[in-house]
Amino acid sequence: MVEMSGSQALIHALEKEGTTIVFGMPGGANLPMYDELTRSNIRHVLVRHEQSAAHMADGYGRIKRKPGVCFATSGPGATNLVTGIGTAYMDSAPMVAITGQVPRAMIGRDAFQECDIIGICTGITKYCFQPRSAAEIPEIVKKGFYLAESGRPGPVLIDIPKDVQQEVSDVTFPELIRIRGYSPHVDPDIDQVARAVELLLKAERPMIMAGGGVHISCAFHELQALAELLMIPVVTTFKGKGAFPENHPLALGPIGMHGHAEANKLIIESDVLLAIGARFSDRSVGKFDEFGQAMKIIHIDIDPAEIGKNKQVDVPVVGDVRASLRALVKMLTKRVAKKGGDCPWLKHINEVRESMKSVYKDHPREITAKKSLKKLRELLPSEAIVTTEVGQCQMWTSLFFDIIQPGTFFSSTGLGTMGFGFPASIGAKAAKPEVPVVDIAGDGSFNMTENSLAVTVNDNLPVIVFLMNNQSLGMVAQWQRLFYNRRYIGIDLKGGPDFVKIAEAYSAQGIRAQSMDELDKAIRTALKSDVATVIDIPIDPEEDVFPFVAPGTGLKDMITAA
Amino acid sequence: MAWNIISALVENKPGVLFRVSNMFRARNFNIESLSVGPTEQSDLSRITVTVDSDEHVTEQMVKQLRKLIDVVDVTRLQVSDTVYRELALIKLKAVDPSSRMEIINLANVFRGKIVDVSKSTIMVEITGTPDKIDAFKSLVEHYGVIQLARTGVSALPRGVLYE
Ligand SMILES: Cc1ncc(C[n+]2csc(CCOP(=O)(O)OP(=O)(O)O)c2C)c(N)n1
Repeated sequence: MVEMSGSQALIHALEKEGTTIVFGMPGGANLPMYDELTRSNIRHVLVRHEQSAAHMADGYGRIKRKPGVCFATSGPGATNLVTGIGTAYMDSAPMVAITGQVPRAMIGRDAFQECDIIGICTGITKYCFQPRSAAEIPEIVKKGFYLAESGRPGPVLIDIPKDVQQEVSDVTFPELIRIRGYSPHVDPDIDQVARAVELLLKAERPMIMAGGGVHISCAFHELQALAELLMIPVVTTFKGKGAFPENHPLALGPIGMHGHAEANKLIIESDVLLAIGARFSDRSVGKFDEFGQAMKIIHIDIDPAEIGKNKQVDVPVVGDVRASLRALVKMLTKRVAKKGGDCPWLKHINEVRESMKSVYKDHPREITAKKSLKKLRELLPSEAIVTTEVGQCQMWTSLFFDIIQPGTFFSSTGLGTMGFGFPASIGAKAAKPEVPVVDIAGDGSFNMTENSLAVTVNDNLPVIVFLMNNQSLGMVAQWQRLFYNRRYIGIDLKGGPDFVKIAEAYSAQGIRAQSMDELDKAIRTALKSDVATVIDIPIDPEEDVFPFVAPGTGLKDMITAA
Repeated sequence: MAWNIISALVENKPGVLFRVSNMFRARNFNIESLSVGPTEQSDLSRITVTVDSDEHVTEQMVKQLRKLIDVVDVTRLQVSDTVYRELALIKLKAVDPSSRMEIINLANVFRGKIVDVSKSTIMVEITGTPDKIDAFKSLVEHYGVIQLARTGVSALPRGVLYE
């Protein structure tokens, strides 16, 4: 037992959890914890908006596979975090958000900068804590980290009243904690694995659908081993993009609204679908009722509540993806030798793949999103981390940017948060400074959090913003073009800003690339730069994303051109 | 659709009922009744929820409840193997002596208790399954229901060592 203040206990507990960096902004209600940071080796990154602090912690957490930490003051500081917390929740990203709160005696009195952040965040966090005494803090921090990173990861909020931060008390740092209502299922039920094995062995047209769970449990080798053992083609959800090398002969790419044409066509032809760490979101499978009626479905997920939530399945396997795939591969290798690649299903797959090539038409301009992304892939090392904003930029990335090294891609796939990619890329850079980190952006999204350029410079976190600038909210414009008879409203971003000047104003680097040659040079320059680089690539506002599955329709109704 | 009773043991601490009811709201689950109270263990409360729902939705409710960190255990009670009761207080209009007598007689038939009488009203306490309370209510409705309060269902499985 040692005597210390609540904020001392907090910072010490964070250090014990291995926290080396926090993203945040101070204010009245969290000044005590900030003061304590001055006596710690934990690095503080000052953001320009708390939303970005949460996205940075999120990006950091997704790459490190342990909770990223963000700090905000009470009231507006806390509410500014909300979008970032919601984004992390929807994508099961580990995060611990720590907010200051008004003193205990003021709670419930509508005090200055008081806000019921726990009420707001309950539906978008795994759990929320509010320590009511300094002595509770060490245990709460330990529980918070454990909850955030174990099982199906997610954000945890710790809301600490200011006087609890200041209170001096005898505290102990527990080595063991127990949460009796929480015990993630890690190991799969062997009977269910055996049933899955039987189904897979009988399948004539098997397909793997890899989701975000493969990333989270880092099951890339296991996935590849399974696919290669039975020669099963692999589609991914968008969140699963890059769970399987996209240049692999068995890779068909992402399915869904902006999935690859061959993936959408072939998944619905399969007779046994192995869904791994995927939640059958409407974005991935289109209409729930229509999807997968003719196939048997095996569903591996660590979250039992995902089984049957959107789709009734034939064989549920509740467990950690990696542990489950290991069990599956182990059982399968006892039963079969490695399959050859000459079955009718794989032949059919290759035929469909050939026939679908014509679907991916290019736009006539010299410089287009598609060509730019192909160029970026050519020049970017495969270990580079790539993230995106939201909109056409994201969907083009889904379609035209192959992830070769598993685990190097993430995006706001669940909440679809514009403004996520840039701060998240900064968080990723902090987690892995030795590799290039690129945010593939649209101008509308980048606008939302571009002030994080200041962070890239001041905190030496040089990332690359690959800005496909169509001077509009392109995705919305495309929908208005397709579904609202070109009645455009609220999409025009021609007012600027000049992103090259914006970058320069923050002492970062801005380069405009108006031809493929200039783009080539710009990417090379950016990769060598020690400040963040914004590559501004003017593209045609009418370059659409195709193929496309319209909302509310099934995968078979994919539209391939306007 | 079927009538289901879900029984959840939850941590007895502030905020838990909010988390549970917030989950039902956010997931668009319709609940018929919900009752909360202490249990034999001082640090646990029992929440009993009754729902009229499809099998698939009921299963989801159970799973989403289990997913809540503060929920320690969830059981779906088999209606046939469960003792379930609800308490209702019904204040009826009873101005003339004849309707007063009739109400008292009906209450006796239903093993209800007269718990309050005034010049113009009579209050009946009745315990039983929700069906029984519904039946009583429909029999006395024409006297004029002034106020009605029901507790929602409390339930425990039959037998001794079953949980
Ligand atoms: C915070 C937020 N607000 C609104 C939307 C709705 N929305 C989806 S895509 C999009 C346009 C994105 O424009 P931009 O970032 O320029 O990318 P582009 O589609 O042009 O590539 C909008 C407004 C959203 N996803 N997120």
